[in-house]
Amino acid sequence: MGGLFQMLNSKSIWWKSLCALLLMYSVVGGFLMRVPRLSIVNETIRALYYHVPMWFGMVFMFLISTWYAVKYLRNHRMDDDIISVEFANTGLVFGLLGIVTGMIWANYTWGTPWHGDPKQNGAAIALLVYFAYFVLRGSLRNDEQRARLGAVYNIFAFFAMIPLIFIIPRMTSSMHPGSGGNPGFNMYDLDNNMRKVFYPAVIGWILLGCWIASLRIRLRRIEERILDEAYEKGV
Amino acid sequence: MNTNLFTLFKKEIKLELRNHTMVSGLLLFLVCSVFIYYLSFQLHLSLINSFVWSALFWITLLTTSVNTVAKSFMAERDAGTYYYSLLSPESIIMSKVFYNFILCLLMASAGFILFVLFLNNPIQDLRVFILVVILGSFGFASTLTLLSAIAARSESGTLLMAVMGFPILIGILLAAIRVTVNSAEGLDLSVSINSLLMLLSINTITTSVSYLLFPYIWRS
Repeated sequence: MGGLFQMLNSKSIWWKSLCALLLMYSVVGGFLMRVPRLSIVNETIRALYYHVPMWFGMVFMFLISTWYAVKYLRNHRMDDDIISVEFANTGLVFGLLGIVTGMIWANYTWGTPWHGDPKQNGAAIALLVYFAYFVLRGSLRNDEQRARLGAVYNIFAFFAMIPLIFIIPRMTSSMHPGSGGNPGFNMYDLDNNMRKVFYPAVIGWILLGCWIASLRIRLRRIEERILDEAYEKGV
Repeated sequence: MNTNLFTLFKKEIKLELRNHTMVSGLLLFLVCSVFIYYLSFQLHLSLINSFVWSALFWITLLTTSVNTVAKSFMAERDAGTYYYSLLSPESIIMSKVFYNFILCLLMASAGFILFVLFLNNPIQDLRVFILVVILGSFGFASTLTLLSAIAARSESGTLLMAVMGFPILIGILLAAIRVTVNSAEGLDLSVSINSLLMLLSINTITTSVSYLLFPYIWRS
């Protein structure tokens, strides 16, 4: 995974153009290609192309963030901490977008934006955990301490969150498609038509997340270097 | 390591017995909370069905446990901590977790007695109830001990602990409330076994992750 990120971290153009192409394809294809006709859900089934990739993106971003938190604790390199924080930031944006797209969909399909669905609640809890992560970082003054305690909480929260967002929704009944006896898209989609848009969308959004994070990481590195140079000059 | 663990554990209990401000303060906190429930529901005690009872019971335990565990590393921050440099961080965190577990369990039993005295006793299957109280208290203790070690390093201690702890504890809380409702309705153990196993696995995860991560907080 580290190697994969090193590859993406370079300033090369190939994966950025791939990301743009995949996202353009998923927007055009998502609105124009045929979808199964179903009662209640109707055309809102297209939300799958935009809502579900947000969750895939969020979990992926948080996974990379935790990975770099572990790396920080092992090597104590400040750079790993910057990467970990910026991926957590990007994951939070994906999570917020996921909640908002989900609420818009729920408003048309379930009748209310907040339906108390276990998956919705689990997602809200995941966001609360990462908000707490940023509150913790904000309340520590010392750079080294902030990085170390932040990394510890990041890892702890990630492992404590897994049962919440993956296991609890499967244990309780839910109206969410794909759980509690409600069919997910693999049952509707007999000719695999939706997958042709869904999987490219997931990959495209994950690449976009890496792109945003890598820009922010480079920005942070430049800021650090400017501060260091100013400090050396004694400004 | 086992002898260290036991010595540290004995030291915590001795310290507490020498000046029992903490336990008595927490008991008073519990009495106040339950009395407030009693007064708020005063003429409508019949509204407290098994679900309301379980939710109130576990939310009370949640706030009490946060206050209980928040103090665990405050003493180490200020005064004579040289002997901790002689001991391994693993034995320190484990002794703290067990000590906090005993305290949380004490608070849970006191809370149960108070709830029975002031409100009512809907529990029909005491066996399942005791099981879920033990597992829930251990979950609270194992999760909050590591967080209190983090919070002790920052300036806004207890507030930070509540902010970090509540979202992580929601899973334990939901499972515990579900099992308590089942035990109040006298349902068979087999109905609750899934939630109990989930509590057990959450406890295993939080304990082992605390064990692995604590050395990084300790060696600063």
